Amino acid sequence: MTIPPIDGIVAAPAGGNIARKRHVAVQVLQDPVAICSLAILLILILVSVLAPFLTDQDPLKSSLAQTLAPMGQEHLLGADGVGRDVVARLLYGGQTSLAAALVAVGVAFAVGLPAGLLGGYYRGRADAILAWASNFMMAVPAIIVLLVVMAAVSQSTYVAMVVLGLIVSPSVYRLVRASVVSVREELFVDAARVSGLSDARIIRRHILPVVQAPSIIQAAQIFGVSIGIQAGIAFLGLGSPNEASWGAMLNDAFANIYVAPLLLLWPGLIICLTTASLALLANSLRDILGGSRKRTQRHLERKRDAESSSAREASTPAPADYAPVAEDVLLVVENLKVNYPVDGGRRTVVDGVSLTVSRGQVLGLVGESGSGKSQTAFSLLGLLPPEARVSAERLHFDGVELNSLGRGAMNRLRGKRIAYVPQEPMSNLDPAFSIGSQLAEPLRQHLKISAKEARTRLLGLLERVGINDPARVYDSYPHQVSGGMAQRVLIAGAISCDPDLLIADEPTTALDVTVQAEILDLIRSLQAERNMGVILVTHDFGVVADLCDRVAVMHTGKIVEAAEVRDLFANPQDPYTRMLLSSTLEGATPRPPLNRKPGVPNSTRPNPALPNRAQTA
Amino acid sequence: MISTVEAPSGSHGGSGSPLLSIEGVTVQYPSKGWRKPAFTALKGISLDIQPGETMGLVGESGSGKTTLGRAVLGLAPVTAGAIRYDGKVISSMNRKERRSLSDEIQVVFQDPYTSLNPALTVLDILAEPLMTAGTGRAAAEQRVTDLLEQVHLPKDAATRLPREFSGGQRQRIAIARALCRDPRLIVCDEPVSALDLSNQSRVLDLFIEIQERTGVSYLFVTHDLSVVRYISHRVAVMYKGEIVESGTADKITSNPDASYTQRLLLAAPVPDPERQAVRRATRQQFNAQLRMAEATGQAN
Repeated sequence: MTIPPIDGIVAAPAGGNIARKRHVAVQVLQDPVAICSLAILLILILVSVLAPFLTDQDPLKSSLAQTLAPMGQEHLLGADGVGRDVVARLLYGGQTSLAAALVAVGVAFAVGLPAGLLGGYYRGRADAILAWASNFMMAVPAIIVLLVVMAAVSQSTYVAMVVLGLIVSPSVYRLVRASVVSVREELFVDAARVSGLSDARIIRRHILPVVQAPSIIQAAQIFGVSIGIQAGIAFLGLGSPNEASWGAMLNDAFANIYVAPLLLLWPGLIICLTTASLALLANSLRDILGGSRKRTQRHLERKRDAESSSAREASTPAPADYAPVAEDVLLVVENLKVNYPVDGGRRTVVDGVSLTVSRGQVLGLVGESGSGKSQTAFSLLGLLPPEARVSAERLHFDGVELNSLGRGAMNRLRGKRIAYVPQEPMSNLDPAFSIGSQLAEPLRQHLKISAKEARTRLLGLLERVGINDPARVYDSYPHQVSGGMAQRVLIAGAISCDPDLLIADEPTTALDVTVQAEILDLIRSLQAERNMGVILVTHDFGVVADLCDRVAVMHTGKIVEAAEVRDLFANPQDPYTRMLLSSTLEGATPRPPLNRKPGVPNSTRPNPALPNRAQTA
Repeated sequence: MISTVEAPSGSHGGSGSPLLSIEGVTVQYPSKGWRKPAFTALKGISLDIQPGETMGLVGESGSGKTTLGRAVLGLAPVTAGAIRYDGKVISSMNRKERRSLSDEIQVVFQDPYTSLNPALTVLDILAEPLMTAGTGRAAAEQRVTDLLEQVHLPKDAATRLPREFSGGQRQRIAIARALCRDPRLIVCDEPVSALDLSNQSRVLDLFIEIQERTGVSYLFVTHDLSVVRYISHRVAVMYKGEIVESGTADKITSNPDASYTQRLLLAAPVPDPERQAVRRATRQQFNAQLRMAEATGQAN
């Protein structure tokens, strides 16, 4: 077993956690928008904190003589309506505004984060109460509450910000709760519980890190909003006269807007700069930390994992040589190649596959994950992602040379002449539409028939694929039928346009074994009845033995062996095929019952499985 | 057509007391919506496992086999009956008491992609249960090195993240985690069904090897009769929340009594075209007989 190459995100072999965090910092530093907004915010914070050292003016000291003093030596940006220095007020006002916003963010998280963790992790009654409280808070009009508090309780900006923090805390609660609920269902949380970790530890180790990224983004957003709201309150004249703040400056400037319009510019500019930087920073962080990307990433990773081993070049050349037979040959593919871009090159996942399918023949494409079997099938269907590069020396379908696997050429054939049965029946049906409407659409498109005609035809087909009550299934939605039933529906859809070739990608892997047997029976009888060619992609040699006429074994993107099904099982030629066949557990000796005498240590018992293992190795 | 629940089989050779005994366990999940009847996932299941024994639990989706495993782990609500481990009732323990059992009962889940926290290194994943139990950092790291060797992973695996490993290797990491605190029982929930054929047999051999060495017991949940035949000493077949049949691995997988088990056995395709053709014909005949019996049963 070799370790497959990884995706290059974590390059450092050192502790992954550190690598990941360093990686985020590096990404922030590579993003110009993030750098600029971070720099602006840092400067603003520094200047505000260092205000006493940067100016010797008192921001609160009014002087009638200096009223609306112009810009100059004494007042760099002039003085306001009561003769206070604008620069000093901007600097000290930054202290108030930033600290006030920090208070709001702090309160919102102090309330919202624990509530979200609690509600999301324990669910049940606590969750219901919290959800109710959060809905209530969200229904309360924030500005009115703030105005009432400022008017009736306290003039202090900080009190107002505590209230604001409480009012926005439901948004934190909802976000955290949603993240916790999604991660709580993960098996690694169950595993941690079985490992005896306390709930506090599970939350700290396994749940908090997941909440971290969206929380940071949310905090930046709340921070910006709070600065805006704080300025708004002060602008309305509700702030304490003993605090310099950007909003209070706006208020004063507005009173003098005809005499000294420039006074409005400075606080306005600085508020814009702060909130815009915060918003942009939040955006960049969201892109870098990827709130919603995680899930798809894992999905991709799974696929990549499956395909990665095909990156390695196999040393044996593909011996497959299909001489094209004249009339009944349906599909000839020669030297099919599929590759994908990877960092600094392209990775070949299908490497020179040639195959032939005759009418009425079932060709099994068998291999392990990463062998390129599904990629081969998808390239024939034209279903690969746009970055895939597909080429073939020859592509011949039913008497016509198509030369290339271009999208246009395949599109005309797909659905009508070449049909597809997928692995996961449920995810291939759109939950928003009834089964009937999904089946009828391609039929009407390809055969240009009326909805009524399509329905009659489809009801017949549904009955043919073994559905007892076709009319009911036709009108139901995907979630109302079982997995086996959904697969029957998809098979009915696949054969509805009378295809010549059916490509089935692991059609029974997701199904129970008794259902699998029925579906295989169905495919066999339909294939015989319509004389279809079938390409069956599978990893299961039992399914191959049941259904296929001919088998091609794939490994690392190449066909290592192709033979008639009986020959392959009776006399496998390639060492890889032999290894695969010997790995099947079928026919292995069953373990005998445990014969444990009291007092005899278990380890002295002979290993019943060992001789067996020696055989298979 | 399905034979009724069989009493827990006493076919194990030893006369010692069982390590785990499941006595008439029922699991019900409350339904969504007001005054709807609860969903019954398990109906009065009885089963026992001897020390060092593998009990295979086989069934199709919805049979309740995974729920039974989760009930033993304390992850599913036991509404009636009792689960005894080493004589003491564990099914009514609260979360705190349950934690003390983590030395004894462990788990290997089906999906090696979601059962390992993607953000933690293998070392962190494996050291976590040890350090929870009070082991020091240095001792824990030493133990992790031993564990990686036991499951045949390279030494440098400790510093890497789960996503750098293939499915089979991830499952080895999950097995190492289960072994961390020397448990006496491991619940294995479809641990090889997400793996490739060639990895499947290697991981099963690892399970057997570990059992030979440590005398651990397995409750081995799977849908695959050939897997259960390879790894289990005894097998119980589940259908719709009940055990329809139980007995030795050989008996259940070669010559079962219950018609459901027969149906299951006949539905599994054999990797041999000639034998499969015979099996297919037998199955079709068998199913036709069942349908006939059903039809006449209804007619009467």
